[in-house]
Amino acid sequence: MADKTLTRMDLSEAVHLAVGLSRNESADLVESVLQHVSDALVRGEQVKISSFGTFSVREKAARVGRNPKTGEEVPIHPRRVLTFRSSHLMKDRVAAGNRAD
Amino acid sequence: MIRSELIQKIADENPHLYQRDVEKIVNTIFEEITDALASGNRVELRGFGAFSVKKRDGRVGRNPRTGESVEVEEKHVPFFKTGKLLRDRLNGK
Repeated sequence: MADKTLTRMDLSEAVHLAVGLSRNESADLVESVLQHVSDALVRGEQVKISSFGTFSVREKAARVGRNPKTGEEVPIHPRRVLTFRSSHLMKDRVAAGNRAD
Repeated sequence: MIRSELIQKIADENPHLYQRDVEKIVNTIFEEITDALASGNRVELRGFGAFSVKKRDGRVGRNPRTGESVEVEEKHVPFFKTGKLLRDRLNGK
C-alpha cells in the first residue's frame, strides 16, 4: 500500500492540470465544491455523486452514555451524523487496487 | 443534491467558465479521490472529512440460502470520517 495522504492541494493540482486554470482559481473551485456539498448536508439534503458515493445525514436519538473511565452516566443529546456509502464502482476499484498479490 | 445539480451550482457562480470545464472540474475532484483510495492512499480534507481505506480480514462466510460455508477473502473497503467542522455545523454549532 502506498500510504500517502492527499490534501486539497493535490486536488487543486489535478484540477489545474485537467482544465488549465491557474492554481489559485483551481484551489478556489475545489473549496467551492466542498462548500456546496457541506451546505446541502447541513440543510439535511442527501448528496448523491454517481459512481462515487452518497453522503446522507442521519438523526441519532438521545441515549444514556457512560464515561468508560469513571462509570458515570452521561446523557448523550440527540444529534445529526453524516454517513458515506461508497458506490459499487468505487468499492470495486478500491478492492481491485488494494488486492494483496 | 446530485452530481449534475452540484455542477450547475458551480457553473452559475462562475459564468466565465465553460459548462464542460465545470463538469471536468467536478469530475476530476471525485475521480482524484477514488484514484487515491484505489492506490491505497488517504485523502484528508480538513474541516470536511477524510477518506481512507480499511482492511477487512478474510473470514468463513455462509451462503444464506444453502447454509454452505464459503471462504470470503480479505478485502479493502473505502471509509469516510466526517471532519470536526462539518460535524459541528450539522449540529448547528
